[in-house]
Amino acid sequence: MSAVIAEHDDHHDDHEHHDHGPEKGLLRWIITTNHKDIGTLYLLFALAMFFVGGIMAMIIRAELFEPGMQFVQPQFFNSMTTMHALVMVFGAVMPAFVGLANWMIPMMIGAPDMALPRMNNMSFWVLVAGVLLLASTLFMEGGAPAGGWTLYPPLVLQTGKALPFAIFSVHLLGISSIMGAINIIATIFNMRAPGMTLMKMPLFVWTWLITAFLLIAVMPVFAGAVTMLLTDKFFGTSFFDAAGGGDPVLYQHIFWFFGHPEVYIMILPTFGVASTIIPVFARKPLFGYSSMVYATASIAFLSFIVWAHHMFTVGMPMAGELYFMYATMLIAIPTGVKVFNWTATMWKGSMTFETPMLFSIAFVVLFTLGGFTGLMMSIAPSDFQYHDTYFIVAHFHYTLVPASVFILMAAGYYWLPKWTGHMYNEKIGQLHFWLSAVSVNILFFPQHFLGLAGMPRRIPDYAVQFADWNMISSIGGFIFGASQLLFLYIVIDTIKGGTGEKVTDEVWEDAHKHGLEWTLPSPPPYHTFTTPPTVIPTEHI
Amino acid sequence: MSLDIKQKNTKLIRTLLFVVVGMFGFGYALVPIYDVLCDITGLNGKVESTAVKEVVFPIDKNREITVEFITSLNESAPMVFRAETNKLKIHPGQYYTVNFYAENKTDKPMVAQAIPSISPGLAAEYFKKTECFCFTEQTFKAREGKLMPVRFVVNPDLPPQYKTITLAYTFFDNTEKSVNK
Repeated sequence: MSAVIAEHDDHHDDHEHHDHGPEKGLLRWIITTNHKDIGTLYLLFALAMFFVGGIMAMIIRAELFEPGMQFVQPQFFNSMTTMHALVMVFGAVMPAFVGLANWMIPMMIGAPDMALPRMNNMSFWVLVAGVLLLASTLFMEGGAPAGGWTLYPPLVLQTGKALPFAIFSVHLLGISSIMGAINIIATIFNMRAPGMTLMKMPLFVWTWLITAFLLIAVMPVFAGAVTMLLTDKFFGTSFFDAAGGGDPVLYQHIFWFFGHPEVYIMILPTFGVASTIIPVFARKPLFGYSSMVYATASIAFLSFIVWAHHMFTVGMPMAGELYFMYATMLIAIPTGVKVFNWTATMWKGSMTFETPMLFSIAFVVLFTLGGFTGLMMSIAPSDFQYHDTYFIVAHFHYTLVPASVFILMAAGYYWLPKWTGHMYNEKIGQLHFWLSAVSVNILFFPQHFLGLAGMPRRIPDYAVQFADWNMISSIGGFIFGASQLLFLYIVIDTIKGGTGEKVTDEVWEDAHKHGLEWTLPSPPPYHTFTTPPTVIPTEHI
Repeated sequence: MSLDIKQKNTKLIRTLLFVVVGMFGFGYALVPIYDVLCDITGLNGKVESTAVKEVVFPIDKNREITVEFITSLNESAPMVFRAETNKLKIHPGQYYTVNFYAENKTDKPMVAQAIPSISPGLAAEYFKKTECFCFTEQTFKAREGKLMPVRFVVNPDLPPQYKTITLAYTFFDNTEKSVNK
């Protein structure tokens, strides 16, 4: 570890000569240790992966457009569902939030950079290596993993040549996330400007702090689980092999011990961004700041003790079913606190509806819908009907797409003017919002009906009675997919100059009351807060 | 950045890495924890994998329980495997013997292991076997077929709500793993 610190020291020395701008040329992006550069890299990489995973989703929806086999082989279809999930979770949503953390946390807490800049660079490039390794499995003998993103044995052990590569890529992605998490914790604990006490931190920083702890607690468990798969397949161990005294259900327990906190790793920073954006456009301080902090911490704690609600049908005894059922229902309380707080923040506010706010409001409404279906499934006896059907697909897509992804879009629109110094095109932004908000419901809402009627997930073909809703869902999917090209256009257009309108430092009216980043010029200089700020905004408290 | 912050960072990183390593270990620790929990609670239909001594129970002639036998092969192992009878009506406390037939359909010797499972899982602790082909790996010569007995008793303490017990065996072809040993 001392090596990291020593190297960091060199960087620091450069720093004090001042007027040290970015490197020239492409090398800048490879060797950079600047938090803004690395944040940009993460965000652009996540955007690229969002489209890669999106193309996979389009293949899935095209195949399901009509009953019968149309375009792809069943094996490839299953690879698509598996890879779509892995790419979106580990390649798009998680890196996008790490990118936001890199850009915003130092600026929000008045720090000059992340605490460990060299490790920051490394965690990004390890992520790229991990995702490339994962993508390479698509071209291997036997195809990419096709057993679902949960990688359940014994099915996943039937993967062809791709299995060890997929497992190593999970290791790399885990190492990258853990390094990122350690960096974020060190930054938040040790780099805050004087006067920026923990309970004055913006909620985005708080939610990321808690997320980072979740990451270092559960990514190693997942690494362990896939290592057991690896040794079961190649080194004769029998962790999950019944013939050798193991038990495949054990894998499900270990996986979901990681998997449930993992779900919150994707949603907690979402809550943080929503809590940052809504007060600015409601022109009111966030309602119940400290209750938001405690609710986030409670959700994180509960995430560790509810994992078996993913396995209600596995043959648990009554006591287990009841415990996991009630524990799961408990999560609705802190989550409800958050939803009420967002609503109360908007209550009697002087609201305006710029694109970031539109996405945030849609998030509050549609995330709540996803939360309600989650409550339905927490009821163990009902879950037997919903388990492994399109109902669960609808549920987690509601909590991920119109929640996490919408908030990532909102964050993009909200901070792009700050990052680039240019204003995005509000008209196209709003068009993007309305197309996305309508089509995402056409896409996912019918999947509730399909699931309740009994359509199983992860299958390339289905009985004819499911045809109508599948076609509607696919049409929604195609509109949603195409609409995202507008976002790509806006990002490129804004970087190139946008509307040409000169943006002020605070961009949004009175935003300087809500966060330190709005006291900096737009775009901020390459190095910011080399001397800590003295005035800490307290509007959110 | 001052020396102070660097020291704080080093200390913090050390603690966090300790957590990472600890949680990696915890993932592995879940394996024995899981086994112990299943053992204590008798969940999961896990059955004793060794023979129990034959003890005499009072035979409850008034109570009749159906014991069903299911046989299956893992990943289409090249075998024939069936039970002599599909189900048996039994009295708790009385010993019964049921024959199972397994045959190697290949021209090579085979090592296979049968894994039992009992459902409902909570009834498993009342189902005692004094003799079973599942206690050890079975070796088959090429094309060999074997008749293998299972001797069992259901403890009369079995709670009254259990009227049917299903005993399922899955044969796993372990030839490759045994060769590697």
